[in-house]
Amino acid sequence: MSALVEVEGLVKTFGSGEAATRVLRGLSLTLQGGELTALLGPSGSGKSTLLTILGTLMKPTAGSHSMLGTDLVAADDRALTLFRNLHIGFVFQFHNLLPDFTALENVAFPTAVREGRETAAARTRGRELLARMGLAERIDFPTANLSGGQKQRVAVARALMNRPELVLADEPTGNLDRAAAMQVMALISEINRDEGTTFLISTHDEKIASLCRRQVVVGDGVVTG
Amino acid sequence: MLYALKIAIRYLTASKAQTALLVLGVAVGVFIFVFMSALIGGLADFILSRTVGDISHVTIKAEDAEPAILISPEGHVLAVTEKGRMRTATLAEAATWIPLIEAVRGVVAVSPQITGAGFLTRGAQVAQVSVTGLEPGRESAILNLDGYMVEGAARLGSGLVVLGQRLADDLSLGLGQTLRLQSSGGVSTMLTLSGIFQTGNGMIDSSSVFVSLPTARTLFAMPQGVTRIEIKLADLNAADATALRIRGLTGLDAVPWTDGAEQLKEALNAQAQTGYFLKSFALITIVIGVASALLLSTYRRRPEIGIMRAMGAGRGFVVVVFVTQGALIGLLGGLMGAGLGYLALLPFPSREAFRPGTLPMDITQGSYGLAITLTVLGAILASILPARAAARVDPVTAISQ
Repeated sequence: MSALVEVEGLVKTFGSGEAATRVLRGLSLTLQGGELTALLGPSGSGKSTLLTILGTLMKPTAGSHSMLGTDLVAADDRALTLFRNLHIGFVFQFHNLLPDFTALENVAFPTAVREGRETAAARTRGRELLARMGLAERIDFPTANLSGGQKQRVAVARALMNRPELVLADEPTGNLDRAAAMQVMALISEINRDEGTTFLISTHDEKIASLCRRQVVVGDGVVTG
Repeated sequence: MLYALKIAIRYLTASKAQTALLVLGVAVGVFIFVFMSALIGGLADFILSRTVGDISHVTIKAEDAEPAILISPEGHVLAVTEKGRMRTATLAEAATWIPLIEAVRGVVAVSPQITGAGFLTRGAQVAQVSVTGLEPGRESAILNLDGYMVEGAARLGSGLVVLGQRLADDLSLGLGQTLRLQSSGGVSTMLTLSGIFQTGNGMIDSSSVFVSLPTARTLFAMPQGVTRIEIKLADLNAADATALRIRGLTGLDAVPWTDGAEQLKEALNAQAQTGYFLKSFALITIVIGVASALLLSTYRRRPEIGIMRAMGAGRGFVVVVFVTQGALIGLLGGLMGAGLGYLALLPFPSREAFRPGTLPMDITQGSYGLAITLTVLGAILASILPARAAARVDPVTAISQ
């Protein structure tokens, strides 16, 4: 069985000359389909840079990166945009919802932007996801009127909208209280178990990491454990 | 496209006060555009109607015989025939041409005339006058005699004469009085004053007299034909083309009013150029206003643009969102400005009712459609730069802001 994601010898350098900073130093990692993985490491270890590259939002300076057998280093911006839309979901630390849109509109966005309109099917899928996140009563709420935990659950629903194979979560519970954090993690675990979606969760929180079946530790730009 | 439109509308409605101010700014620019169009257009029409409204727009004159020289076989000049001051040439076939000319598109009136010089005598007083013989029933075809009458009627019949107020004053003439009119050819006839007009043109009011065509035939010994045919058009600006058409149709030398009116045309062109400049400045203001507002919006929404890009929105989609915002602002501002312009022009008198001291605004020349179209196009152009800047936003940097 081939891996879902494979990165080999990843190097990422920011800046040039004397100001050059090498964040990733030949990092290699493989993610199998259906994994629930925690990405651990101190600040500045390269976790966020790795997630950004895995999310096709940035290209590595060197090394290989493929997902579902597609070479993502060679792909152009248009191809990467479509690939990201179809196969990758994101959950950010600060939810990063569109503030002028309702919960449902935020969740339906990834499908609507690809299809050019908000179809009935997209709205139905969005409602189902929000109901599953316990937000059935908040579907048409402007996101500004939701609590931090609710916003993060909307963000999880949005990440799942296009049924991606991989969801990248960068400190998804970092801005939540313990109860809300546990609620979000419970939802992630449930979806991972029920739908086989692969999650890679960057976190500093050992308790959150312990909820994941696999832990990857990054230090000084390489996988250390 | 539909989804980009939805997002563009949402962005505009999310900042209602900012959008309202922006639309209002565009509307003011369009208002100025419409107002200037109506003023410049109205002014041009006003000047034209006051200068050439009462003259022939296309004139066909009988051509005098060219000077002739009779030379002997030895090369000696035997006789020379020079052009005389008296008009002798006639348009003998005028009756044939008139129906053809009347059928030409844009022709609203045709007036066959016999013109010449004469002397008006009342007792011991004599005045040199310009005599025009008009066809009864077509007295007001070119010069609106009916509209300028201050006493009596413009209707010309056998033995009747109509003349200007100043001439009547100079000769102390009153309606119903008899006077003698002698042509330059020496033929004289007694006429009764049936009407006095005042055009406001000193030359016409002090030296022009109008008689019926049959009376003019007697005075100028012209049993048939006319000396000139004056033609009035629905559109003054079509004079050159219509004259050309009539020339082709009849072979006669049809001369448009624009021949010899270079100074007037230059003045009107200069006025039109001024209008173009003012309208261009209004459009430039709109473009700068929309561009700066959208650039600001782009900067403010950088994190959202980053999120959209992360969620799979392509650069093209981002461009369409911001260009659509520009187009919507242009459309709303254009409609509002054109509407306000129309309402502001309503109280001004119509073109026919212009009076000295009032602004000669012409509500029909507001160029409303053009103003809206140019505004939308200008706003779209203005939004391209901010839209491209938005599309270049790096999602990683934007999301982390």
